[in-house]
Amino acid sequence: MAGTISWERVRRVGDKLTTPLHPDDYLSLVNPLWSTRELRGRVEEVIPETADAATLVIRPGWGWRYDHRPGQYVGIGVQVDGKFQWRSYSVSSPPKRSGRTIAITVRAMPEGLLSAHLVSGLEPGTIVRLALPEGDFVLPDPPPAKVLFLVGGSGITPVMSMLRTLDRRGTMSDVVMHYSSTTPERMIFRDELTALAEKHPSLTFHQRHTDIDGVLDLGELERVAGDWRERETWACGPGPMLDAIDAHWSDSGLEERLHLERFSLQLGGEGGEGGTITFRNSSKSVDVDGATTVLEAGEQAGVGMPYGCRMGICHTCTVALVSGAVRDLRNGEDYNQPNEQIQTCITAAVGDCTLDI
Amino acid sequence: MAIADVKEYTHLSTEEVEQLGRELDAIRAEIEESRGAADAAYINKMIRMQRGLAFAGRVTLFASHKKPAWAAGAAMLGAAKILENMEIGHNVMHGQWDWMNDPEIHSSNWEWDTAQPAEQWKHSHNYVHHQFTNVLGHDNDIGYGILRMAREQKWHPVNLGQPVYNALLAGLFQWGVSLHDLDLEAIRKGRKDPKEMKRQLKQIVRKGRNQILKDYVVYPALSGKNWKTTLTANATANVTRNIWSYMIIFCGHFPDGAMHFTEEELEDETRAEWYLRQMLGSANFEGSRLTHVMAGSLGYQIEHHLFPDLPSNRYPEIAVKVRALCDKYDIPYTTGPLYRQYGQTLRTIMKLSLPNKMTSDDSPEPPSPSIDRGRKTDAERPTRRTETGAYMRRATS
Repeated sequence: MAGTISWERVRRVGDKLTTPLHPDDYLSLVNPLWSTRELRGRVEEVIPETADAATLVIRPGWGWRYDHRPGQYVGIGVQVDGKFQWRSYSVSSPPKRSGRTIAITVRAMPEGLLSAHLVSGLEPGTIVRLALPEGDFVLPDPPPAKVLFLVGGSGITPVMSMLRTLDRRGTMSDVVMHYSSTTPERMIFRDELTALAEKHPSLTFHQRHTDIDGVLDLGELERVAGDWRERETWACGPGPMLDAIDAHWSDSGLEERLHLERFSLQLGGEGGEGGTITFRNSSKSVDVDGATTVLEAGEQAGVGMPYGCRMGICHTCTVALVSGAVRDLRNGEDYNQPNEQIQTCITAAVGDCTLDI
Repeated sequence: MAIADVKEYTHLSTEEVEQLGRELDAIRAEIEESRGAADAAYINKMIRMQRGLAFAGRVTLFASHKKPAWAAGAAMLGAAKILENMEIGHNVMHGQWDWMNDPEIHSSNWEWDTAQPAEQWKHSHNYVHHQFTNVLGHDNDIGYGILRMAREQKWHPVNLGQPVYNALLAGLFQWGVSLHDLDLEAIRKGRKDPKEMKRQLKQIVRKGRNQILKDYVVYPALSGKNWKTTLTANATANVTRNIWSYMIIFCGHFPDGAMHFTEEELEDETRAEWYLRQMLGSANFEGSRLTHVMAGSLGYQIEHHLFPDLPSNRYPEIAVKVRALCDKYDIPYTTGPLYRQYGQTLRTIMKLSLPNKMTSDDSPEPPSPSIDRGRKTDAERPTRRTETGAYMRRATS
């Protein structure tokens, strides 16, 4: 740790030499990873998993912390046609304090400009931007005695990180895993999962190929795990699947036992009230309802709003609120301090407000 | 009276003016849609080159006691400072590269290697100068509050010293610019908010101190016994940059043919009329690709004023189209070799140190009645135009 601090000091002294820039602005030209101004990583390897999915092994640069919790996701920013596009993906590698790389696994979505680019367009050596791991879809350590994983499609990635962690730490408890995929060929990590199940007698691995068998009827859960009510459950997959699981657990009064991960912004909180949002520096304004995010409002008005993940993770979209109030659509929290920094992608107006952009 | 009523435009009907505006909008849209990887590569290459030059210059100057090292080091450092201020800093702060969504090359947080804090520049330049280009009393860049640059400005015996002020301004340009947004005139007249003044002064002192420390204390100290020669080389680089940027900037609006406007011409100005004013108020110069890059693409001043926030590497292709439009609509497009454009500017500075009656006018336009000099406050200005580029006052400072 002492080494880190003195290195920090060296760089602070270096500021005097490079002002108004930072030493990192020069160092990163020698090696793009030598900068703490922005988190970056270099793509070391692109491993094909299925026809439309690949694992990216990324070596993060300075400022990265390898102690992500199994199940968390990271933001990744990639320059496509000169413009940085941001998305979030679950880390599929287990946390390793001594680690030098992280892995994310991406499936190319039909409409997804970036996912397709990540799966097939990224050359090893490409420099990407990163955002630190976040999310509370995580596995505690030590793990619960009885665990159930319900996974659909590419929802496997956070669960894979959890299973690999259990395997690496030797703490595989009584785990039942149910994994749905349209076909066996599209099932990411199928071989590794089979091998894990052979290695650990306490791991039960159910595969379901929905093109043939159809989707899992939750009424038949007993057949997957007779004691599912006693199991701490993590579910990740397509929205309709999660909605069904959410309802089923609520009906059984077991919400406490269920952990869900959605790959899209879930605006659970109450909406704003709407109002007129004024963008001070561009003297534009727009009337919006309480469901429209400040970011969307700015884009409607033709303001060049900065944005990143569009789901409240990366803080690229942060802008100062000059006056008025906005509400966080995720949890209903209000922000109304003058000059408060707000994330425009997850907030909506509560009455009239003015922004510094 | 609107801008379209000035002589150069009276042959155009309202419909033609609007049509010209639409054609310019189309040029903007075309560039915006075609921005891509090649443009991103351009600015990244420029930044890499500039930082490499700065580094090489600094290192070379550790041996500044040797004449060739002194000369090479000063030249590299001077070139790096010029590139940083002109092609990189000025253009990044206009928001020309904001579309890349790259937080490290963004108008909101770029800080440049000159005395003026970026935030104050974005107000005085991006906003005031670019929106109110060449409007007397509004645009404080007309002579920077130091020189009398238009016949419409009242003469004062103080103006007799213009040749001297001009030389001082050229040599100390970065420091003159650093005080620009403070608005010394408003302070003198007691119109400046003392709180705002204190805040701005603090910013200027902090920035200026770091700049002086770097060039005149830290690097000379690191050169050990060569401290004296490193110091002179650094000073040379700074002064070279000052004179060059002064010259380029003065060539933008003061050669013959670049017009000044009055407040009345600003009234009810449409977007198309704003375009017209930018075209008639700016002057280009001709030069090699290298000259243009070193000038921060301000040799394309007309294009820059029409589209201040489009990437500078696209100005040459925009210029071809703008020139064709000028031919089509029969409106002037002022350009010439750099030496001629600056020669005309220098002559105007000298001439206007004397009262109007002692000199002749070089512009074809008969001088309008004299108007009072003075700056407007933001409250007195019409609402801000978006095309003038980014400017933001950070809440934290």
